[in-house]
Amino acid sequence: MANNTVTVSGERGSAASPIQSTRKRWWRWLSGDMILAFLVLLPSIIAVAIFIYGFIGWTFYISMSDWKSSIPDFTFVGLKNWTRLVNDRRFQMDMRNHLFYAIGFIGQCIVIGFTLATLLDQKIKGEGLFRTLFIFPFAVSGIVTGVTWQWLMQPSTGINLIFAKLGMGWFRPTWHANIEYGIWAVSIAAAWQFSGYVMALYLAGLRGIPAELREAAAIDGAGTWALYRYIIIPLLMPVTFTVFVLTGMNSIRIFDVVAALGGPGPGNSIDSLALNMFQTTFGAYRFSLGAAIGSVMMFLAIFLVVPYLMSMQRETER
Amino acid sequence: MSVQRLWTRGAIYLVLVAFALYYAMPIYVLIITGLKPYKDVSMLRMWELPQGLYFDSFTTAWGLVSPNFRTSVMITIPAALISSMIGSINGYVFAKWRFRGADTLFILFLVGMFLPYQGILIPLVLTLQKLSLYGTLAGLILTHCIFGIPITALLFRGYYASIPNELMDAGKIDGCGFFGLYRHILLPISMPAFAVVLLWQFTTIWNDYLIGLVVLSNPVQAPVMVAVKNTAGSFSVDWNVQMSAALIAAAPTVIVYLLLGKLFMRGLLAGALKG
Repeated sequence: MANNTVTVSGERGSAASPIQSTRKRWWRWLSGDMILAFLVLLPSIIAVAIFIYGFIGWTFYISMSDWKSSIPDFTFVGLKNWTRLVNDRRFQMDMRNHLFYAIGFIGQCIVIGFTLATLLDQKIKGEGLFRTLFIFPFAVSGIVTGVTWQWLMQPSTGINLIFAKLGMGWFRPTWHANIEYGIWAVSIAAAWQFSGYVMALYLAGLRGIPAELREAAAIDGAGTWALYRYIIIPLLMPVTFTVFVLTGMNSIRIFDVVAALGGPGPGNSIDSLALNMFQTTFGAYRFSLGAAIGSVMMFLAIFLVVPYLMSMQRETER
Repeated sequence: MSVQRLWTRGAIYLVLVAFALYYAMPIYVLIITGLKPYKDVSMLRMWELPQGLYFDSFTTAWGLVSPNFRTSVMITIPAALISSMIGSINGYVFAKWRFRGADTLFILFLVGMFLPYQGILIPLVLTLQKLSLYGTLAGLILTHCIFGIPITALLFRGYYASIPNELMDAGKIDGCGFFGLYRHILLPISMPAFAVVLLWQFTTIWNDYLIGLVVLSNPVQAPVMVAVKNTAGSFSVDWNVQMSAALIAAAPTVIVYLLLGKLFMRGLLAGALKG
């Protein structure tokens, strides 16, 4: 799940000098310690090279082979599995689901996360308690989240009981069991788990804004609205970018919440690529097709990761 | 002014309390349902407090998931420890021994953090089978350690980068080499970073479902999250038992978070956005 980023602390200040000194004295490369350092890192380099990069390539190759039973078959068949996949109804449904899920999930995380962070930043009594409560779902697994929300979103009980108590008995959504909109309900459960973490990121961002800036804005006569609109929100853009990448990644690989909510659901209404990949591969033994789905997820992820890492590298070089 | 301010403050607290209820609601339901006796478990009275404390559903749930809970402990603790140690030395190299190409290498490491594991699962299974590690605890520990390399390196690198190079230079003058500097200068002050990374890895590995499901698929042996999912998917298990099983599985990470929340936060935030 959230194997996520924390951007490197204190990087800008102390990171710059070793780079420069290495450049100035390139012969330091030859020093025994530098070679030792490389050798110490080597096992990890090999592990990452094989288990990550090698395996990605291997998966891609499998996606173009003819492996569709429990016995591996690496005969090359070109794009056969890919054409099959693109025309597959379940796959098409998955793409629709991911789009809706991403909109719902990213939207909720950013809106809830930013709002709560802003409110908590107003010198609140009991801030620590609120913060602890808001963030703790992040320590809860996707499976537990899914299992719990599965019951909270049962049409006959859970949240609908609360609606009934509030005199809204006419409002009885079927939540994740709904064929049309089920996937939005999944995004609600997932956002419960993740939005507190987003709040924490925004709060850290807010705390990082120098007080002088706010004071200067106040002196210039900026009201609260203008302060946020013209100063704070633009200054928090890097946070929003990070949040966007993290939640976007989550939207690509969403698996455990969907599985625990009973996915793929009626008519694959709450299916995801990850669940489809798992069932196709390890349930139906269509390994090549599964590899193609895995590769699609990889390509989607690259679209998000590359700009993010490029921006990180720019930071590192600065 | 002051009346308006009072209203604003009131509204702020109201929203905060509402969200506190929203975040607490699922756990509230998990706890009260687990504490009800079987006869009181009713869909229509989901929100009502139990009439006294009964631990029947916890006992039943524990009977269902305890072998898996033990498996999870046996995987999570060694995997978190080993990957933290690997991360510490890697972070040290990345922060203080920047050989040519180290930064590019670091970025390439980070890609691993973002990967959807579906893109590497099939080769992973084939490789673990070749190494006769498929379906074993050791295989799962190894997998978690490898997939933990990027994040642990990132966290430790950040911590070590914040330690002044003058300290390192002083060590060099005293005759410390590569290992000496690590052993005598960085390691003794690494405890905060270790705490953060251990906590992070513990949470991630404990909460993992996908890798456990693929590598240790045997239901008896599988990690606890797989067992909870199986319980929840089964029509023969009552829903209060399912919820108790979920609560048991969530307990270790939630308790650790509540006890060490500050460290947890430090890991997430320690200058999170300064970079």
